[in-house]
Amino acid sequence: MSAVIDSHGTSHGHDDHHDHGAPAGLMRWVTTTNHKDIGSMYLWFSFVMFLVGGVMALTIRAELFQPGLQIVRPEFFNTMTTYHGLIMVFGAIMPAFVGFANYLIPLMIGAPDMAFPRMNNWSFWLLPPAAILLIGSFFAPGGAAGVGWTMYAPLTSQMGPGMDLTIFAVHILGMSSIMGSINIVTTILNMRCPGMTLMKMPMFVWTWLITAYLLIATMPVLAGAVTMTLTDRHFGTSFFNAAGGGDPVLYQHIFWFFGHPEVYIIAIPAFGVVSQVIPAFSRKPLFGYASMVYATSSIAILSFIVWAHHMYTVGMPVAGQLYYMYATMLIAVPTGVKVFNWVATMWKGSLSFETPMLFALGFLFLFTLGGFTGLVLSMTPVDVQLHDTYYVVAHFHYVMVAGALFSAFAGVYYWLPKWTGRMYDETLGKWHFWLSIIFFNVTFFVQHFLGLAGMPRRIPDYHTQFTEFNVISSIGAFGFGLSQLLFLYIVLKALRSGEKAADKQWDGADTLEWTHLPTPMPYHTFENPPTIK
Amino acid sequence: MTSLPADDRLLSSANRTVLRKLAVMAVVMFGFGFALVPFYEKICQVAGIRNVFQPDRLVNENTQVDLTRKVSIEFDSNTQRLAWSFKPLENHLEVHPGELTQVVYEIRNNLNRRVIGQAVPSYGPSNAAEHFKKLECFCFQQQTFEAGETRRMPVTFLIDPALPASVNTITLSYTFFEVAGTQATVAAGKGS
Ligand SMILES: [Cu+2]
Repeated sequence: MSAVIDSHGTSHGHDDHHDHGAPAGLMRWVTTTNHKDIGSMYLWFSFVMFLVGGVMALTIRAELFQPGLQIVRPEFFNTMTTYHGLIMVFGAIMPAFVGFANYLIPLMIGAPDMAFPRMNNWSFWLLPPAAILLIGSFFAPGGAAGVGWTMYAPLTSQMGPGMDLTIFAVHILGMSSIMGSINIVTTILNMRCPGMTLMKMPMFVWTWLITAYLLIATMPVLAGAVTMTLTDRHFGTSFFNAAGGGDPVLYQHIFWFFGHPEVYIIAIPAFGVVSQVIPAFSRKPLFGYASMVYATSSIAILSFIVWAHHMYTVGMPVAGQLYYMYATMLIAVPTGVKVFNWVATMWKGSLSFETPMLFALGFLFLFTLGGFTGLVLSMTPVDVQLHDTYYVVAHFHYVMVAGALFSAFAGVYYWLPKWTGRMYDETLGKWHFWLSIIFFNVTFFVQHFLGLAGMPRRIPDYHTQFTEFNVISSIGAFGFGLSQLLFLYIVLKALRSGEKAADKQWDGADTLEWTHLPTPMPYHTFENPPTIK
Repeated sequence: MTSLPADDRLLSSANRTVLRKLAVMAVVMFGFGFALVPFYEKICQVAGIRNVFQPDRLVNENTQVDLTRKVSIEFDSNTQRLAWSFKPLENHLEVHPGELTQVVYEIRNNLNRRVIGQAVPSYGPSNAAEHFKKLECFCFQQQTFEAGETRRMPVTFLIDPALPASVNTITLSYTFFEVAGTQATVAAGKGS
């Protein structure tokens, strides 16, 4: 953000006479409408879900450590792949970025809170019941649904009551996302402080404005898809039931109409965090701000017209395959613009490599690699060969873990001093980064080779020729999982005994929360909006 | 809207306006998901991908019978949540590609009420589907059966001689389901 900031009327003490602090006790968290409280709850919730989904991932990797069946039954293995995906996508990554949005958007645009604080409270408190339904489905008769996170028909019509619980969970999660998104769009459109024009907003705010629109446009489509699944299961309809005149391939079309934009719903806020962190540690404004805005918008728009690249093998006409191939490849253009802009931001900057910057750079390298394998998979003839192999698994973990998750880590380390008023341990933070990036690559890089060699995904057993790479991948996975406990320790240590952080802990930071607010922040901020020239 | 409206009431009414617009957008997109169902049927019909309820047109009217080759056809019949007896009179036939063949199914409504049923064909292996030409089939219409009624109904077909040499056996499978309660999707299918 390159706006010149006017400090009159917003001195640090100004907000103090409004600051009556937070009410005490458990009810504070249940009833809170404060965007900072809700942001914190989102972040803690997503971390808990991250651990739950992580345990499922490790169950998968433990079973795949050796060929043959050792630890779990195949049906249970299927439920692990299913709920690992669902929980990580809907329970961990998405709520993490919604947490960032809640905490940071009002601060970055100089607003006192979100537009609809009560609805904000609802958005969050819908999540725990959804999580309980998801995890509760394991205790339903017949167990949880082993259908894959994509919940394809006709498998979904053959599952027990665990499937229904999962469908309701998806409904609730969708409702929460839509409410949260409505709140974010309204806040950004209506509550910017004087002088904060759209094109002066920090990039993170821009990315969330675009993401929120994507969510409002696609979550209802997913809700529709699972509703049709539900009526097929219980009310005699045949949307996806071939024996009743329906078509299971139709489900895939509806699902991926949501599913592909969903990829960007996760990735775009990650772009936003990185677009704040890289300039701060390069001590230069973001290169090509306007082109970043346009690139992000075009990625969002293009994401609606490429969905069937997930379905090259369903038997669509060649013309369809060609169209989806070229349209998908087109997305590489705006994505490339973004990557070059980040690199150009660092060009001739006075760089320093604290933990947030390390994670942002890890994001930059590995997300780009994941983007390239995505480009490989966009080619129909190649995809027909690699469809549903570990190459695909490797590809989307590069963009989801090394992309979105690393960006979230960068964001937590970057804003933790502001949020808590205390610094994290820089040495331990660097340890966390290096352990994460090394173990991440140990886990997932070899999966490219497994996929190229033809190992199918979502199968608990494999041919002995795949053993070595699977051993390596499993060792990496356990290393990666344990490294995340270090992250928890770092955060708790910072909360308990971290050094006091400065008002502007990072000298390159230029957004309002750093330039206009004291550290630690008062409970209420910007009740009198700052003015930006 | 670059600045905060001075009056809080003004702001909250501006917020409500945005809320309403976005909520409408969400509701419309929920409907859009369902609109994809007929849209998909239409696309498939136009592209000729899924014309399960239509007689096949023969590209070449006087197809040569390929006497050098025999294909074994197996007939399978199922019902979907429907108490009907549904059986082919012969389970298995050997035919030459290009040879016009008829097979008869016997269908009995075991329920003591009138039922409207619809049969859906499917083929195994799937790459045989486009070479299995049905000229007459009870699956082209909905079938109304009175309580306890029994009827024999034919399927007339021929196998396109372009059938890949690797396919020696084709399974034709029918599933009958009751139309009531599924009117919407079947109607969409029937429209084709
Ligand atoms: Cu996609």
